[in-house]
Amino acid sequence: MQNTKNLQEIRRLIVRHKRLDFLFMVIGVIALMIAILSFIALFAHMLIEGMPRLSWDFFTSFPSRHPGSAGILSAWVGTILVMLVTAAAAVPIGIGAGVYLEEYAPNNIITEIIEINITNLAGVPSIIYGLLALGIFVYQLGFGQSILSAGLVLALLILPIVIVTTREAIRSIPIAIREGAYALGASKWQTVSDHLLPYSAAGIMTGVIIGLARAIGETAPIITIGALTFIAFLPPSPIKAEFPFLSFEWLTAPFTVMPIQMFNWVSRPQEEFQFNAAAAGLILVVMTLVMNAFAIYVRYRMRKNIKW
Amino acid sequence: MVEDHIQGNVATDAASPQYKFEVKNLSFYYGTFNALKNINMLLHEKQVTALIGPSGCGKSTFLRCFNRMHDLYPGNRYVGDIILYPDNVNILSRNVDPIEVRMRISMVFQKPNPFPKSIYENVAYGLRVRGVRQRAILDEKVEEALRGAALWDEVKDRMNNLAFKLSGGQQQRLCIARALATDPEMLLFDEPTSALDPIATASIEELITDLKKKITILIVTHSMQQAARVSDYTAYMYLGELIEFGVTDAIFIKPKNKQTEDYITGRVG
Repeated sequence: MQNTKNLQEIRRLIVRHKRLDFLFMVIGVIALMIAILSFIALFAHMLIEGMPRLSWDFFTSFPSRHPGSAGILSAWVGTILVMLVTAAAAVPIGIGAGVYLEEYAPNNIITEIIEINITNLAGVPSIIYGLLALGIFVYQLGFGQSILSAGLVLALLILPIVIVTTREAIRSIPIAIREGAYALGASKWQTVSDHLLPYSAAGIMTGVIIGLARAIGETAPIITIGALTFIAFLPPSPIKAEFPFLSFEWLTAPFTVMPIQMFNWVSRPQEEFQFNAAAAGLILVVMTLVMNAFAIYVRYRMRKNIKW
Repeated sequence: MVEDHIQGNVATDAASPQYKFEVKNLSFYYGTFNALKNINMLLHEKQVTALIGPSGCGKSTFLRCFNRMHDLYPGNRYVGDIILYPDNVNILSRNVDPIEVRMRISMVFQKPNPFPKSIYENVAYGLRVRGVRQRAILDEKVEEALRGAALWDEVKDRMNNLAFKLSGGQQQRLCIARALATDPEMLLFDEPTSALDPIATASIEELITDLKKKITILIVTHSMQQAARVSDYTAYMYLGELIEFGVTDAIFIKPKNKQTEDYITGRVG
């Protein structure tokens, strides 16, 4: 008798607990939907507005007063060149700083202050970086309102991301692997270059790509340093016919980038330009998604051979 | 002083093997925590010495003094000497580079820790660190080390496979081969079989017995049966102190110290 009564009580309890489980699941799904649906709605809106404008000409035309013949040639070329500079600056500096902090830095108050500051840097509004770059890169160092200045300021902007992911990737390597290398007589640099960097490459690459995906959409700092909003020519080609075949003139060329081109069109009164803006936005989103997908693929590929 | 700890007639027997290490008044501190307290001990060349004792007694800490592993972390401090013979150098001295010590003394860890590289590259890594580049020398040394670790026949056809594809016992033998490839003067084993099944454990123990013909071995083990099976000398440690040290048979059959006897008979630990 006693047992049956207890059993019934337990069953009632279980039913109540399961109801709570269900309730939480519903709340979770709703939260998820708010995030996903708002993105899908935005994307769909851009798709409907911008899709008709997408054509080969759109990619190969310069901006124009006539919305029908305006294109994003100078914008996407500018974006790619700026991203090249950003990656070239942020990758070595970010990885170097991350490795130093994780492996070499002494355990003292200065290191701690630096660490706290790096975390804070990630939270500094991007327009502040723009002001800094205007003062230092554009005027002090005389880089001008160029691709170089833009690439460097975006590199500064994503440095905290690269440093933090580098440190996290290195930290996720088991101590036993590190000690295994040291126990064989490896020096610090041998351990770093033969083991820690190769094994954390996937994580570092992911951080770099996610950083670049963030930089690609940044507008404020680029406007601050004075990117042009209307530009009807391309920077000089990086490849030359004569020796040494590489040219760096493009670094100092004026430029525009995708988000600025978008911003320009959005602020036009004619409605047709809004369709252009939507089309450019579509391409920008696709560029970001492709970069993120590439990051996921890289991580999957490189981690396949590494198991702890 | 050292002689006080040694039972039987080993220390005075003229036919006994040479000493490889002399530990003199060794203390060790993690920051302010005194983990090893004034340890004195002699390690015999080409013999297996086992360190036993309950968890936290300092046996791993003691082992890791021999390849200066503690230098990797800040706040650690050695007091006293570990003299390496026949050079007569104190390997704990500030003037001796820890990397030099690790080049001479290899270590095998508690859990197999192969690098996420090929089998070949794992074994060759110690040689690469030493600047060996010629393929012929690498090939020869890798084969020799794998044979020494009784792994050659199992892996010779798949040297380029990832080390992770091997079983746990094979991985541990790979780590032994990696440690052997550089012809070390001593091998340190830190509970090398604690992550392995009984069959793999047996093969590692057999290997240790085989290896001592050529090399001095110091092994930390939590298993007294293992100490009894593989070692020539045994040291019992408790709370950072060396309680008793002597010939393994003597320690297990007739321990002098009450604490040792309690531990060995299973009343403590």
